Amino acid sequence: MSQPQVRDDAPLPAERNAVAQVMAMLYRDKFALVAAFVLLVIVLCALVGPELVGDIAAKQNLRGRNAPPFSFSQGWSFILGADALGRPILPRIIVAARNTMLIAGASVAFAMFVGASLGLIAGYTSKITSQIIMRLADVIMSFPSLLLAVIVLYMLESSIFNLVLVLAITRIPIYLRTTRAEVLEIRERMFVQAARVMGASDKRIVLRHILPVVLPTLVTIATLDFAYIMLAESSLSFLGIGIQPPEVTWGLMVAQGRPYLANAWWLALFPGLAIVITTMSLTLLSGWMRTALDPVQRWRLEAGSKANG
Amino acid sequence: MMSFIGNRSLASAVSLIGLIILVFFLSRMTGDPTSLYLPLDASLESRENFRRLHGLNDPLLVQFGRYVLDLLRFDFGDSVRKARPALDVVLAAFPWTLMLAAIAMLLVTVSAIVIGSLAAFKVGGFFDRLSSILSLIGASAPDFWIAIVAIFFFSVSLGWLPTSGTGTVWHWILPISVLFIRPFGLILQVVRGSMIAALSSAYVKTARAKGVKDRAIIFVHALRNAMLPVITVIGDQAAGMLNGAVVVETIFGFPGVGKLMIDSILQRDFSVVLASIMITATAIFVMNLLIDLAYAALDPRIRM
Repeated sequence: MSQPQVRDDAPLPAERNAVAQVMAMLYRDKFALVAAFVLLVIVLCALVGPELVGDIAAKQNLRGRNAPPFSFSQGWSFILGADALGRPILPRIIVAARNTMLIAGASVAFAMFVGASLGLIAGYTSKITSQIIMRLADVIMSFPSLLLAVIVLYMLESSIFNLVLVLAITRIPIYLRTTRAEVLEIRERMFVQAARVMGASDKRIVLRHILPVVLPTLVTIATLDFAYIMLAESSLSFLGIGIQPPEVTWGLMVAQGRPYLANAWWLALFPGLAIVITTMSLTLLSGWMRTALDPVQRWRLEAGSKANG
Repeated sequence: MMSFIGNRSLASAVSLIGLIILVFFLSRMTGDPTSLYLPLDASLESRENFRRLHGLNDPLLVQFGRYVLDLLRFDFGDSVRKARPALDVVLAAFPWTLMLAAIAMLLVTVSAIVIGSLAAFKVGGFFDRLSSILSLIGASAPDFWIAIVAIFFFSVSLGWLPTSGTGTVWHWILPISVLFIRPFGLILQVVRGSMIAALSSAYVKTARAKGVKDRAIIFVHALRNAMLPVITVIGDQAAGMLNGAVVVETIFGFPGVGKLMIDSILQRDFSVVLASIMITATAIFVMNLLIDLAYAALDPRIRM
């Protein structure tokens, strides 16, 4: 991120400098710092967790069925207790992080790509194309996402791919509308007009001049949306129409723990807590991003004083 | 105003028609339709029988025409599991969901408006902090998990409230509370935001200069103008309530449409799934129309 008020003759800040600047801004907002750290840990779990603790997580131990949490008698992996088959909860949460992150991440990426592309088209081209695209978005939006998921997952089988597809489709309008609204405003700005006068092609204007301005907003929304999609996927898996065993996500773990609520509350509590911690971190980080990526608001994080958005 | 309402209802109608077409083609073109309607272990003979009886061997276009005609007559076929018309099954469950959602939505609207207004009146004050914490919780905690934790605390540990079912007033408290949380956090933020904008406007300054009391400024002068974006969000959330209702009803054993939908999916009772989807979609269509009318009634600029 370069500073907004760089003088013409001043050298552009170096790349390393930009990273350091973002780090400094993150450091100023302690909530966001913690959130970023938590997310980093979760992403690491998702990346290497199944390889590291996959065997421990899958190993059944009938003597340790529903073992209570916070006891070290069976080693660190049983710190959060064990499930109905004696599989330790903590490694299972770590392993399930991959599917949970993968589905949410893929859905967000897909929705953002399609939504932003359509939004750029709708904002930059003729009125008729724009109208058609916007009406399509209205149609998707006027419909509860769960209903759509229910129909599609009933008729097609509920694989990870279908789940991602359904979740992504319901989120496309969010990106589409945001992108279009921004494009409509940006295309009238001086630098776009200048590019047009210089003879830049439409493709170049959209991709090189407009998209970079829209992107920060989209990333901020995507962070928040990641949390939303995670919740949606968890709900579907919890209801039994999302991810099917032996695959595992946090939502499914909560569902599997539900019958044992009366005598082993830890089965359902901890995976749910993992969801809450992740979504809360995403929400906090998204709030920080909104400030950090907005040149008008950024001073709150750059100034030395205490900042709280 | 007529063109506004017309446009909006057209969009909803198109989505309803889109849904009908989507369901038809998904159900006819992805594999054997008899495996959708009949139990998985149905014999070849009963499948062939079903095919003949429902004309599944006819050309696709003929089938589509028959399907649309059936829908227009609200004929969704019989429930395989309950041996009753699917429509009856759904209509018996529908009032429960409607009641649950209506009570929850009413409570959400009233409390979000009151707390949101108070938060906006003193930014950074007690109510403002309270509202940001409540919103964060509402946006982050999965409702099924809150429901389970609530059951554990209030039903299993303390024994104050029943775990599931219906019957007494006590049975309604947990489902409504869980349904309350998510839309409350969202609407609260919108109320707060639009209230802050309204409170900094010129007519509020005028009222204040005249010596109008704080409470009157918030709830008489500013609120009406701050309500427009709030109504939109309330509309969106009311439709989204259904998402929550599915989860809540399943967990609390509430005999509403949401539970019916999930049960009939797990039991592979396609007629009931179809009927409940169509009836809910129609209900949402009607509700969107009502929201638009309310919007037009509040905003004179649309009425013109």
